[in-house]
Amino acid sequence: MKPKNQRLVLVAAAVVALVAAVLLAMWGLRSQAAYFLTPADIAAGKGEPGASLRLGGMVERGSIERLPDGVSIRFVLTDGKARTPVTFRGIVPDLFREGSGAVAEGQMQSGTFVADKILAKHDERYMPPELGNLAAEHKAGKTLVK
Amino acid sequence: MIAEAGLAALWLAAGLAALQLFLMIVALRSGIAVARAMRGIAVVQGALTLGAFAMLLLVFARTDLSVALVFENSHSAKPFIYKVAGAWGNHEGSMLLWVTVLAAAGAFVARLSRRTSEKTLVAALGAQAALALGFYAFLLIASNPFARLDPAPLEGRGLNPLLQDPGLAFHPPTLYFGYVGLSVAFSLAVGALLTGQVDSRLARAMRPWVLAAWIFLTLGITAGSYWAYYELGWGGYWFWDPVENASLMPWLAATALLHSINVLAARGALKAWTMMLAVIAFSMSMVGTFLVRSGVLTSVHAFAIDPQRGTFLLALLAIYVGAAFVLFAWRGAALKEGAPFELVSRESGLVLNNLLLSVILGVVFVGTLYPLFVEAVSGEKLSVGAPYFNAVAGPLALILAALVGLGPLLSWRRKSRPVLRRLTVPALIAATMLVISVIVAPAMGILPRLGLMVAAFLAVASILPLVGRNPFRAPLATWGMVVAHFGIAVSLAGMAANGAFTAETLSVARPGETLRVGPWLVQLEGVVPGAGQNWTAIAAQLRATRGQGPVMLEPQTRYFSNPVMETNEAAIRTFWNGQLYTVLGKPDRAGGWQLRLWWKPFVTLIWAGGALIALGGALALLGRLRLRRRRPPTEWRQERYA
Repeated sequence: MKPKNQRLVLVAAAVVALVAAVLLAMWGLRSQAAYFLTPADIAAGKGEPGASLRLGGMVERGSIERLPDGVSIRFVLTDGKARTPVTFRGIVPDLFREGSGAVAEGQMQSGTFVADKILAKHDERYMPPELGNLAAEHKAGKTLVK
Repeated sequence: MIAEAGLAALWLAAGLAALQLFLMIVALRSGIAVARAMRGIAVVQGALTLGAFAMLLLVFARTDLSVALVFENSHSAKPFIYKVAGAWGNHEGSMLLWVTVLAAAGAFVARLSRRTSEKTLVAALGAQAALALGFYAFLLIASNPFARLDPAPLEGRGLNPLLQDPGLAFHPPTLYFGYVGLSVAFSLAVGALLTGQVDSRLARAMRPWVLAAWIFLTLGITAGSYWAYYELGWGGYWFWDPVENASLMPWLAATALLHSINVLAARGALKAWTMMLAVIAFSMSMVGTFLVRSGVLTSVHAFAIDPQRGTFLLALLAIYVGAAFVLFAWRGAALKEGAPFELVSRESGLVLNNLLLSVILGVVFVGTLYPLFVEAVSGEKLSVGAPYFNAVAGPLALILAALVGLGPLLSWRRKSRPVLRRLTVPALIAATMLVISVIVAPAMGILPRLGLMVAAFLAVASILPLVGRNPFRAPLATWGMVVAHFGIAVSLAGMAANGAFTAETLSVARPGETLRVGPWLVQLEGVVPGAGQNWTAIAAQLRATRGQGPVMLEPQTRYFSNPVMETNEAAIRTFWNGQLYTVLGKPDRAGGWQLRLWWKPFVTLIWAGGALIALGGALALLGRLRLRRRRPPTEWRQERYA
């Protein structure tokens, strides 16, 4: 191969690789990206059953109940506007408490959010950014009401 | 006084960096010989930042609470090692470590680089100074680690207990050596593009830096993976968390660079491509730093958001990456074409390796940044996790791993030797593995099964370059390649075995009750209290048996007081054929305890493979450096004294 052609082929290969990467990524993202929703979004019919989602809100006081198998729990996430029941099988994170924020990863199944992972804020300074925003909105909302 | 001395050293170093940059411009414009002066300045600059970092370690070691950073992140009742390691377990301290490594790398280039032409070195030192200058500004303006508090508080807030782990002492510095080591490749590439001297000489000068940075990145990623595995108690070794991706992306780029630089060094081909990769590799390091340090993405590592810092870092990133790409577009086209090669040749194999690595890098990059992009455009929040990365990057990685077995058998420039015939034995072994896996585990998923096959194929094929010759006379670099490629097979086998054969039990047990996981019977004997220097704990006493004598495990929940926090300490026992992984959960009201148990066959191979890959890199580096000592760089001497 002549050097000039060789360079052309290399450039073409690089462009093909770049396009392939973007196309592959777009194809994957269409089916696999998990949207972050609040209970109000779910109430508005946004959470498609079966799609992977992240649901964020406050754990409603008095809502955590343990299911008979001993390792599953049911609780309610709320954003003050709507409530979504959540079930989870597994060990909840250490700072998962009633009245504090949590993010559940999973999917909607017949009106209940089935979570396969629960994230809670680690401590005052370390929390999922989405929860930080939610808490800030919450506070802003309260002061407006007052 | 200590903090002030550290701050003063930083300001001085920043001033020297500015001077270094100025001298480069003067030298390139008017050809005045300032190389010696620039070398000296770079060394002093490196020493000053090292001094500043030492001052930070000192205030942390002494728990000097009048320093705001110490107050925020330390506590007098913390084990000494975490007092010191806590110096980089926070934003300001870790950025200072970053800059320290950057300046130290600049100093080493100035001292050690004898291979490149003087002109290219001057330009590279200038580029390194420009990089350093931006990050000094970031430290001094937006993240001063030495800010004082007046009056000094009586007690500090403490370090996040998740970080109070030996992992903190090694994982971040190792990764930073890797991230920032790539800055040298970036600066040398920028320098060579400025002077137009992109040749095999430059490649040989750049190669040890790329190798060293890549070794550290490999070690850092492997160590980080194991740290997350045992510290988080989730039983996983890789979560496709944005911060993990932030370390994976520079590694992918550096791996590609490592291979293409060999083509440039040996054959003088792939000039523009290699320069491009050198620029991209360090750009990925900066993207990673931005992702981690700005907290814009949801992550296990998520820190509080600070828009000012994020914007500052983004601006730095845009300036450096933008400038480098403009330079590349301007000078890259003027580079001479490299030496020709045929379609089936070692060069082509390495091009294919580079293309696949680039596609994987692109896929990871798009997936990691997609949430940011969507939120900026539509305001919708989403996250991209393991399902995407596994589905898209997994198959590509498998194809790449299979080709790793083929590439080293090709010879430079032209087709020769019957390559496919040499691969008969590995192919047969892969087929045998397929048959065995179908018989033993017919229900196995497709990715783990392919993973086992490719691992078996590569394990044998990777050794072939040493077969048919006296292996003890083969160059160290060849040994390095073989060991690293074999490491990929080992790691892949671990991932596939973990994916296919892991047994998990999640249940409630009362004291005296027994649970089964895989081949193990695990009895909960009791739950007892425990305590450490700054925590109390409750620990489950587990007695595990499979056939022969019992082993005891004590998974704990720890309660820290400063700051107040609970953490889970998994108890893990390693055997030759796997790990037993146990986590203690919450009690129920009837005296039972949640227990989560995993039996993970051959999971340790994942990190053993990572260590082998790094070892291979170290062998190759050693080989290159030894070769270099034997062959003194005559060209440089001639140029200097001519």
